[in-house]
Amino acid sequence: MHRLALILLLFLSANGFSRNIIVGKNQPVSSIRKAIEIAKDFDSITVLPGVYKEGALQLTKSLTIIGQNYPILDGENKYEILLISGQNITVTGLAFRNSGYSALNDYASIKLVDASKVTIAANKITNAYFAIHVSNTSYATIKNNNITGTPTSEQLTGNGIHLWKSRYALIENNTIQGHRDGIYFEFVTNSTIRNNHSEKNIRYGLHFMFSNDDAYLNNTFKDNGAGVAVMYSKKVKMENNHFDQNWGPSAYGILLKDISDSYISHNTFYKNTVGIHMEGTSRMTIERNKFKENGWAIKVQASCENNSFQRNNFTGNSFDVGTNGSLSLNEFSNNYWDKYEGYDINRDGVGDVPYHPVSMYSMIIEQNPNALMLLRSFTVQLLDKAEKAIPSLTPENLVDKKPMMKSLKL
Amino acid sequence: MMKVSKYVLYDILRSKIVLAYTLFLLIVSLSMFNMEENSSKAMLSLLNIVLIVLPLVSLVFTTIHYYNSYEFIELMSSQPMSRTRIIISEFAGVSVSLLSAFLVGVGLPILLYAPDETGFALLLTGMALTVVFVAIAFFASVRSRDKARGIGAALLLWFYFTLIFDGLILLMIFNLSDYPLEKITLPLISLNPIDVGRIFVTLKMDISALMGVTSALYKDFFTSSTGLLFTIGIMLLWTVLPLWLAIRRFNKKDL
Amino acid sequence: MISIEHISKRFRKLQVLEDINANMEKGQVISLIGPNGSGKTTLIKSILGMVRPDKGKITVDGHVISGDHSYRANIGYMPQIGRYPDNMRIGQLFRMIENIRGVAADKQDETLIRQFELEKIYDKPMRTLSGGTRQKVSAALAFLFDPAILILDEPTAGLDPLSSELLKDKIIAEKKKNKLILITSHILSDLDELTTHVMYLQEGKLQFFKDMQTLQEETGELRLGKAIARIMKGEKLTNEWIDKILEVKKDEKIY
Repeated sequence: MHRLALILLLFLSANGFSRNIIVGKNQPVSSIRKAIEIAKDFDSITVLPGVYKEGALQLTKSLTIIGQNYPILDGENKYEILLISGQNITVTGLAFRNSGYSALNDYASIKLVDASKVTIAANKITNAYFAIHVSNTSYATIKNNNITGTPTSEQLTGNGIHLWKSRYALIENNTIQGHRDGIYFEFVTNSTIRNNHSEKNIRYGLHFMFSNDDAYLNNTFKDNGAGVAVMYSKKVKMENNHFDQNWGPSAYGILLKDISDSYISHNTFYKNTVGIHMEGTSRMTIERNKFKENGWAIKVQASCENNSFQRNNFTGNSFDVGTNGSLSLNEFSNNYWDKYEGYDINRDGVGDVPYHPVSMYSMIIEQNPNALMLLRSFTVQLLDKAEKAIPSLTPENLVDKKPMMKSLKL
Repeated sequence: MMKVSKYVLYDILRSKIVLAYTLFLLIVSLSMFNMEENSSKAMLSLLNIVLIVLPLVSLVFTTIHYYNSYEFIELMSSQPMSRTRIIISEFAGVSVSLLSAFLVGVGLPILLYAPDETGFALLLTGMALTVVFVAIAFFASVRSRDKARGIGAALLLWFYFTLIFDGLILLMIFNLSDYPLEKITLPLISLNPIDVGRIFVTLKMDISALMGVTSALYKDFFTSSTGLLFTIGIMLLWTVLPLWLAIRRFNKKDL
Repeated sequence: MISIEHISKRFRKLQVLEDINANMEKGQVISLIGPNGSGKTTLIKSILGMVRPDKGKITVDGHVISGDHSYRANIGYMPQIGRYPDNMRIGQLFRMIENIRGVAADKQDETLIRQFELEKIYDKPMRTLSGGTRQKVSAALAFLFDPAILILDEPTAGLDPLSSELLKDKIIAEKKKNKLILITSHILSDLDELTTHVMYLQEGKLQFFKDMQTLQEETGELRLGKAIARIMKGEKLTNEWIDKILEVKKDEKIY
């Protein structure tokens, strides 16, 4: 009977159809390794439920591997489970667990090397060192995966979705938690990250370096050790993302470092220690974002210039803007600040008195963080009022000359 | 105890001052919540009321009440009743009446508009500060026979706790910035009940900013239930200690 | 009933009471007289436990009074100035003191309440009462619980003549019940008809404490009140009766 089925399969493929090889405990082909071995390009492999402990698998043929009811590929904490190096490959519906750890190699549950046109979709990856590791690959699509790491320390935990030196990647609808960085981009261009959910990672929800012409849209980054870092890049589009509850002495909604010509709009920054922290950043447009209940909505270091902050809403933040210098070369205009106390005589919706979003107290804290203990103290409020009347410490040109009277509809 | 304090309470609740205080709180709270676009800004204004107005009213009202009730206190002390009981009854009567004013004036609006963690923290702080400053006022009042001096002392105490203390802390932070101050600022802050209350509310209101501090001590304090227990403990201490000192003083005093 | 032994009291520089000794017994109506600032009120307050003497001891019914308040259940006290909480009603005041004393309604003496017609104004708040009415309230309160000892500080001051008479009648009635009644006064005239003993204080010293009969014998036809008024004015004592009064006879009983 088994033999008959095998013959039938061979017959079908000989007739020009692609074959479907079924892998299962009680099937003629009982190991995935065997199935890959016998398969030809454009065949597909269906893996039936079960636990497969097959060490390190390699896939170079153009195959589609489909798991039924999430068959488990177990790396026994020793192996890199699946290495893909080819093109036109799809891996979907599998559950990867217990991939190995190596101090020398970035072991991963799924690794793509020198590949192209690969789709990794709807897999479940647990207890991995690196979950999905992509290098030197173009047109990788990674979507609908559910990745849960076992966080230990920054050194012993790898990244959730890690891309290095790749192009035209699409990272979509994944849920990543408990890794070092949720999504990691280094030297990745022309790629899109959207609708992902990255939370409770040890370091960054998204770690983004030396990657130009990319976009990340509609993602949620929540409760990550240090929020999101975007560094040494150009022409990055950041839209409609949510940055929530990234708390800590060096946690940021977004940490921007040496970024230029990028665009941040329609994002929501909610309850982060710092909404956006900017260092060496230039020619950025930051508009129509919501900054709500953050410690500092924005921290602009003196090394930033020619950035434009427009039409953002600042509500319920402990501090609106913090800075470490006395000079500011950035432009703020038409933002809504809930701390603004000016008036609007001509009723055009724009306040007639400029708003200085940097308070004296935030300058004090910048110099002496211990003073944070006095937050909202009456004494401090009086100091702030005095400073508003006669500015001496706060940068005079960090000012919104056209503050909005009402919050903007975003 | 209730025998006397319920009459004291009844007397105060019918006074125009308490009624005016209640209305003032109610009007301010309601207009804050209605005027401001987001409730967080209203909460901020209410926090200021709780940290500044509440202690002032508690101090001054209690002091005036004490001196106005002096003959009545004398009469009660001619009755078969211990002086400790007299002071505690008076304390209970004044506290409960000011607490009711606060609960109606601020509590109700908070329940209506902002029944969240910050709201409840603010309520708890307001209640604690009311009781604490009633106790402090009794302590200050029993020490002086003269009404004007008593009220002066109350105002000075208010000035000290709302402004001067934090000013001194700020000076200290600046002048001793080379020393590891993390360990001593927290105990220092607990020397001022207003600061304890302020930090307790900002723990909810500004947790995002406060999580930016580097000291592990604070972080534990902020994130665990230690903060709540600490606050309640310090507030209790700040009530019991002045009250105990007031009773001690009052028991030795010639009326 | 009340024995005062070597009582001294000093307020800062002022010696208010100096080595006072006295024994007061049932059935006596004692007029405690002396000029302003002679220490009358301080002496009364010492007996009531409101002022703590620096030296000496006071016993009431054989019990030393310091540190114990239960003896005051036997004392009815009418203060010189009766000021009560503004919004408390008369009825409430009576009920409150009743609660403190725990005397059953059928054992209460409501004669004065009836005679002063206080029941009609039970619902009136204290702040609306005239000084005279407040005195009536104080008087009624002192007699209400039928105490064995009555201490009345300037009882008739501020009362209208009619009420004053009613109060005098009441004092006489209580005297007949064999009670100890201690009355302070600047002047004796309006009370001398019911007084059995006179205590005279000046500059904190007990000048004399004698029964009426002895006094009258010693002063002859001269009205006692007049004579004492002259002493108070500080007139040089040229009349020999004064010397007679002040000299303590060897066989005289010192109360």
